[in-house]
Amino acid sequence: MILAATSTAVNDSGFQPYWYLILGALLFSIGAVGLLVRRNPLVMLMCVELMLNAVNLTFVTFGTMLNDIGGQVIVFFVLVVAAAEVVVGLGIIVAVMRRRPDATADDISALRG
Amino acid sequence: MVSLVWLIPALPLLGFLLLLAVGPRLGEPIAGWLATAMVAGSFVVSVLAFIGLHSQPDHTTTFTLFTWIPAGRFNVDVGFLLDPLSSAMILFITGVGALIHLYSIGYMHGDKKFSKFFLYLNLFVFSMLLLVLGDNLLLTFVGWEGVGTCSYLLISFWFEKPANASAGKKAFVTNRVGDWGFMVGIFITWFTFGTIQYTQFIPVSPGAATTTATIISLMLFIGAVGKSAQIPLYLWLPDAMAGPTPVSALIHAATMVTAGVYVMVRINPMLHAASPWLPTLIAWVGVITALFAATIAMAQTDIKKVLAYSTVSQLGYMFLAVGVGGYWVAIFHMITHAFFKALLFLGAGSVIHGMDDEQDLRRMGGLRKLMPITAATFIVGWLAIAGVPPFSGFWSKDEILTYAFHQNIALYLVGLFTALLTAFYMSRQVFLVFYGKARWNDPAEPSTHEAHSDAEAAAEGAEAGAAAVATAVDAGEHHEIHPHESPWTMWVPLVVLAVFAAIAGFINLPFADSTKYLENWLEPVTGRYGAVVDYSNGTIVALLTISTIVALSGIGVAFLVYRRRKLPAAWFEPPLFLQGWHYDAAVSAFMGGPGRAGFNALSWFDRTIIDGAVNGIGALARDTGSIVRRTQSGLVRTYALAVTIGAVLLMLFVLTRVNW
Repeated sequence: MILAATSTAVNDSGFQPYWYLILGALLFSIGAVGLLVRRNPLVMLMCVELMLNAVNLTFVTFGTMLNDIGGQVIVFFVLVVAAAEVVVGLGIIVAVMRRRPDATADDISALRG
Repeated sequence: MVSLVWLIPALPLLGFLLLLAVGPRLGEPIAGWLATAMVAGSFVVSVLAFIGLHSQPDHTTTFTLFTWIPAGRFNVDVGFLLDPLSSAMILFITGVGALIHLYSIGYMHGDKKFSKFFLYLNLFVFSMLLLVLGDNLLLTFVGWEGVGTCSYLLISFWFEKPANASAGKKAFVTNRVGDWGFMVGIFITWFTFGTIQYTQFIPVSPGAATTTATIISLMLFIGAVGKSAQIPLYLWLPDAMAGPTPVSALIHAATMVTAGVYVMVRINPMLHAASPWLPTLIAWVGVITALFAATIAMAQTDIKKVLAYSTVSQLGYMFLAVGVGGYWVAIFHMITHAFFKALLFLGAGSVIHGMDDEQDLRRMGGLRKLMPITAATFIVGWLAIAGVPPFSGFWSKDEILTYAFHQNIALYLVGLFTALLTAFYMSRQVFLVFYGKARWNDPAEPSTHEAHSDAEAAAEGAEAGAAAVATAVDAGEHHEIHPHESPWTMWVPLVVLAVFAAIAGFINLPFADSTKYLENWLEPVTGRYGAVVDYSNGTIVALLTISTIVALSGIGVAFLVYRRRKLPAAWFEPPLFLQGWHYDAAVSAFMGGPGRAGFNALSWFDRTIIDGAVNGIGALARDTGSIVRRTQSGLVRTYALAVTIGAVLLMLFVLTRVNW
């Protein structure tokens, strides 16, 4: 309740949510385009992270706009999933790079070493 | 004591399991004694249950072990129905069965697969008891198939010989034809009555529609024809003689083949509700089988083949009894037949054993002096089956003829003529085996027979060549045979069976109500819908006298032909009879010619259309897959693009649908 009351107060004091949403959309698009055009697996992973965090920002913004705590709660879930995903993704990338230091995402299209 | 009924099938089952686990380690003769003890224990329990049954209302009790198949409205229990009919049957199954087990210990002496033989025998007795005691059609069917399987295993017990193996297959396949009818009978029973439990559908079956009752009875009759070796499905039984002789005695004389008769008697209220043409059909199938098989038996030269055809013939009598409404008489003849036919088979086995596996009647003779116990007991069996008073077969066969006489004079006359032939061919066998001069070291005539059978064996299969050579060498080396009496484990069962074969007829004497013990005992099962024959004692005595005269004249003619040699034997042994009216050959020709073409067409249909449909579905999935799998390139960025396009499309969809 305290948190909700605070956000309402922020809203009253000239809070402009649209800037945050636009920033989120921009970040998401950069991430998506980066994922599609880059071939370095490490960079692609970073793009995925960028998209995730853009979504997080959007969630928080909408949560504040609608005065709903759920928006912030779901961010925690996204953070946890992202952390797990990074562990697995980096693990795979390290393993691939050890065997084939110059591999791109297009080179690793088959499920065999 | 009645609640012990589950022990009756459980003991042979335990014997089977024990022999399965440790049989080969027990070896000879302990495995045999174990099996014998189990069946003997079953017999003791059967006697206790039989005594206990007298105090039950209607002499009937059921005992449910557990629910076997609970499936909605379809419920099948593993339960036992102990009533006068099943109690009468388990007594002779376990009694005769135990004696045959004991006999087998001597007969199978030295066989490599000694313990396996007893394993099969115990499994067989278990299946037979399940068949008889089961309180519903399905449990009976399990036993029905069980005895069929054991029959197959035991007929081809010495499967090293291709002929034995193919005899086993023949029995199995022929039985399958009948089993089809039995299964359809079970299905229709379920559809009609909503239950397959005897105690539930039998009492209400007289109220069923005539057509339904006729179809069910007909289908079960088809099953019975297969199992009980009637025309047109009898041809497996004579070939079943390939098995060891105790098997012939146990399965193909005393118990298994009676299963069909048992089922027909069990469903007798249904037969009552069926169209009248069905019982007439059953009676004619029975009596014609009896006559037909008797003529074939007249000319057979193999000691066991004669008995095999006589079994077919006697089973025909039982079906005649069922057809004319003498249900209890069928059971009466079944009991006496179990005693005298088991006795005859075991006697024949004793002769074969003593003659070093010689089975040709023409190479025996004069064995009476060398095998006195076997000869004496065999002669008792002969008098019983020939229908000489006061031996057991006389009373039961005459009772069947009385019922036939009551129904239809033509059935009676054919039955009576068959009785004449029965007396003749059994006397022929006894005279050839036990009287006259010894012929076993006399190579003249039999050598052609040997050569003939060798040719048959050679034709049997592709790899038979080596076997035929081995047989030819065997026949050629011509060792001396010294017939001898069998060990006590073999002659004790013979003596016991001979006593029963002699006196078993006294369980039902036709002169007064008080002496009709068996008829009164079976009254709750067969009394209500059976035919009633109430001839005066004068008529009964007249019929008995006719039967006696017929039996004695059969023996007399055989005496003239085979002892006095007044009449040429060839008159009575035409090749047509020896070949079994060419029925076997005709079936083979049909099945090999047009039959095979038909089955080939069916097989083509099965392979092309049925399998084609199944394989087509598989091929469709495979081909579709091989096209669709190209989209699965494994390139991560392609997938990402697809996801992005999808997300954009989804977003466009939402944007166009949302009301701003």
